[in-house]
Amino acid sequence: MLSAFLTFTVLGLVTGAGYAVAASGLVLTYSTTRVFNVGHGAVAMLMAFLYWELSVHLELPVWLALLLTVGVAAPVLGWLAERVMMRHLSDAPVSTTLVVTVGLLVLLIGAAQAIWPPTARPVQPFFNGDGFPVGSAFVSYHDLMTVIAAVVVAAALYALLTFTRIGIAMRATVDNRGLLQLYGARPSLLSTLSWAIGSALAALAGILLTPVVQLSYFDLTLLVISSYAAAVFGRLKSLPWTFIGALLLGLCQSYAVGYLPPSELLSGVRAAIPALFLFAALLLAPQAQLRIGQIKGIAGVRVPSVRKALISGAGLIAGTAVLAFVMAPQHTDRMALGFILGIVMLSLVPLTGYGGYVSLTQFTFVGIGAIVVARLDSPSPLTLLAGAAAAAVVGVLVALPALRLQGLYLALSTLAFGLLMDKLVFQADFAFGFNGSLEVPRLALPGLTLDTPASYAILSVVVFTLVGFGVLALRRSRYGRILLAMRDSPAGCATLGLNLRWTRVRLFGLSAGIAGLAGGLLGGLNQSVSATEFQLFNSLPLLLLAVVAGVTSVSGAAIGGMTLMLLPVVAGEFEALGGLMFLLIGVAALGLGRDPNGVASRLFTLGRWRPSAKVTVPFRRPAPAYATGTAAVRDVPVSEAPVSSVPVSATPGSPAAEVRASREGKW
Amino acid sequence: MLLQAHDVTVRFGGVTAVQNASLDVSAGQITGLIGPNGAGKTTFFNVLTGLQKPTDGSVYFDGEDITGKPTHERARRGIARTFQRLEAFGSLSVWENVLVAAEIHRQHAQRIKRGTGSPSQVAERLIERVGLQRYADRQADTIPTGIARLLELARALACDPRLLLLDEPSSGLSTTETEDFGDLLEELADEGRAVLIVEHDMELIMRVCDHLHVLDFGQVIASGSPAEVRASDRVQAAYLGQSYAQ
Repeated sequence: MLSAFLTFTVLGLVTGAGYAVAASGLVLTYSTTRVFNVGHGAVAMLMAFLYWELSVHLELPVWLALLLTVGVAAPVLGWLAERVMMRHLSDAPVSTTLVVTVGLLVLLIGAAQAIWPPTARPVQPFFNGDGFPVGSAFVSYHDLMTVIAAVVVAAALYALLTFTRIGIAMRATVDNRGLLQLYGARPSLLSTLSWAIGSALAALAGILLTPVVQLSYFDLTLLVISSYAAAVFGRLKSLPWTFIGALLLGLCQSYAVGYLPPSELLSGVRAAIPALFLFAALLLAPQAQLRIGQIKGIAGVRVPSVRKALISGAGLIAGTAVLAFVMAPQHTDRMALGFILGIVMLSLVPLTGYGGYVSLTQFTFVGIGAIVVARLDSPSPLTLLAGAAAAAVVGVLVALPALRLQGLYLALSTLAFGLLMDKLVFQADFAFGFNGSLEVPRLALPGLTLDTPASYAILSVVVFTLVGFGVLALRRSRYGRILLAMRDSPAGCATLGLNLRWTRVRLFGLSAGIAGLAGGLLGGLNQSVSATEFQLFNSLPLLLLAVVAGVTSVSGAAIGGMTLMLLPVVAGEFEALGGLMFLLIGVAALGLGRDPNGVASRLFTLGRWRPSAKVTVPFRRPAPAYATGTAAVRDVPVSEAPVSSVPVSATPGSPAAEVRASREGKW
Repeated sequence: MLLQAHDVTVRFGGVTAVQNASLDVSAGQITGLIGPNGAGKTTFFNVLTGLQKPTDGSVYFDGEDITGKPTHERARRGIARTFQRLEAFGSLSVWENVLVAAEIHRQHAQRIKRGTGSPSQVAERLIERVGLQRYADRQADTIPTGIARLLELARALACDPRLLLLDEPSSGLSTTETEDFGDLLEELADEGRAVLIVEHDMELIMRVCDHLHVLDFGQVIASGSPAEVRASDRVQAAYLGQSYAQ
């Protein structure tokens, strides 16, 4: 009895030590650069593959392979990531930094798959698993190394940040980069250094943790993502608490394996422990004070007028209908899929595009809608609404515990939720059944059959267009203005009497509901749904593409949906292009720091080939007395210093309409 | 007394930003809160609006203890503010900034005064009132700082506040603009609103304020009419300097 306890304790402490190494790297980069690197887990995974390549494939000595991976390749990767992706993001909103690091994650997983195609890669623990007994428990030298590594990392980081000039300067970069520069420090060098160290720690953790799950793109990444919970436990700044959190997490997991009675549901609980731990850590996190700062604004894309939107929508439906009857059935199905994915992207427009919140797990809500529609097992279109409603309710439930949280923590709670659903719900019988997939009947409208690919494609484009109209109407409405206002200044909104929490909860519910609607349609398209479609990892390229294509506009959602549909098609037909596509998206994500409106807005401002490119004020208001005055009244003196760095490109003497046009033309 | 703050203390770690500070604000009056930079004025404002939890002390509004109330509930009771470090909605136009405030107010207001009109009419009227007509269509992150302060004032007024907290509203305004601004403040007080103003422009303070509180190192070192405060030795020593000493 006692011996089993000892064994599980040792096991837990060893895993915890691995988490601690990973989490400390995350905390280091976050606390010096304020960028939460979602891709940290992927760095660990990629470097573990590299280590395998060097030590097993090329048969280098272990110490040399370790040195090359942790000491050379990983820091270089961190340096590159900071240099290319992160440098200009220190002032960017949380949503942008998160999405760019999601880009890093997708990019690295794509790279790993391209460089090391799937095959069995057995990994030996250090010293071939030899070890020594501690009491009745067995401790391998690999375990011992893991613990020693954690202790050494803890001591070294503590010494670095407390006693060295460079460490103290690193801590100062967060508070005031500009000021630090004035005092002669080089913040850019410090950020680079912290990324390099963070990346090296990720690599070390990845290599140490590899024997737990073996080399796998997703499991290993996910395992390191578990360590994010430990970092949150340390509130992303305290290294000691991060270490304590990591050890607690390791122990919880180990004891769960040892002592939870074997049953299907509980085995799900075991797998979900890091997610539960992350949730708990988030709930314990103190309420963030509303930050007060300077005026921040994001020039949104122009909102098309009602007439233009109607014309574009009608054109889209007509064009799709023509294509649907001309194209081969499998292409028509793909087109329908593109529009359905477009609806999922539309669900991110209010949430991320207007509200500035990031959901890392949008496909989970799609899955909920799909389950409901499949379980109702009826061709009535009402099932779609039921699916949407169920997803909306769950969306509200996810946002509720995170009520007190903001930005980054809210995004992390969606991550925890996604993991939880993956492990606990989607695997269970009551969700997708024994074999993990369910049949879905095709919809039937009164007097209409939707059993041909063409009819279903038309249904999809009609729903997409309707949801698109809804999203545009929302943007024009009072609620849309409130969302933008809340994104720009939560504190300002609160002092006007807005209940931020409920506004946020409603927004999450709305977004999840739209995603759930898409889930029902997706099930109907394939006439079956399976758990694997809705995994957390599928949500990440979705988010990335949505933002790259343009998360502030309906056209961006259409482009994003089509691209997401095409990705596997292209990857299937030209294998070499698969990784390249991810690379391209990753590169496109780099542009986000400069233009948060994505590709769609670029397209329309450069080309001006679409009717919606014309500027209209997003709302109508009665012309006030002063609006009828002469142009001179509305001159914009160029000598005035603008509050922010956004350039005002107005020339004196131009009417306000031109001022607006030229300003928006900038984007 | 519309607003009463009792013995408010705020500590950030080892630093005490506000220490046992008490302050009253009456309806229909302009009350000034002055003090050197770093005296804790903005922190005090944050306590009054609920953006900062006080370590100790309590805040009463209209006889009710609002110390534990969140920011938006205080706003709904009639407390509005502007920010020293601006919090305008940068993605919206100046006009939309005020409109959104009027709309948020409309959502929860129990009673709208007769003849107030639609939110867009309210926004229209307030933009004229603070003199922002020619900036109405500009995106708010492109306007000069002084103008943005006026925008924040218009936005705060859209909530038809009973108590208006202004954090350095005149910095960035020209002399003429400041004079007009003083007139506007007096108008607001005449409407029965309580105004609490943090300001470094002594001319303006001495001209418009009915009552002054002086904060130094987080403590209220003097309270009284402008004349009394001007005469106080402690205040002279701490802040005003010799030019106002006579």
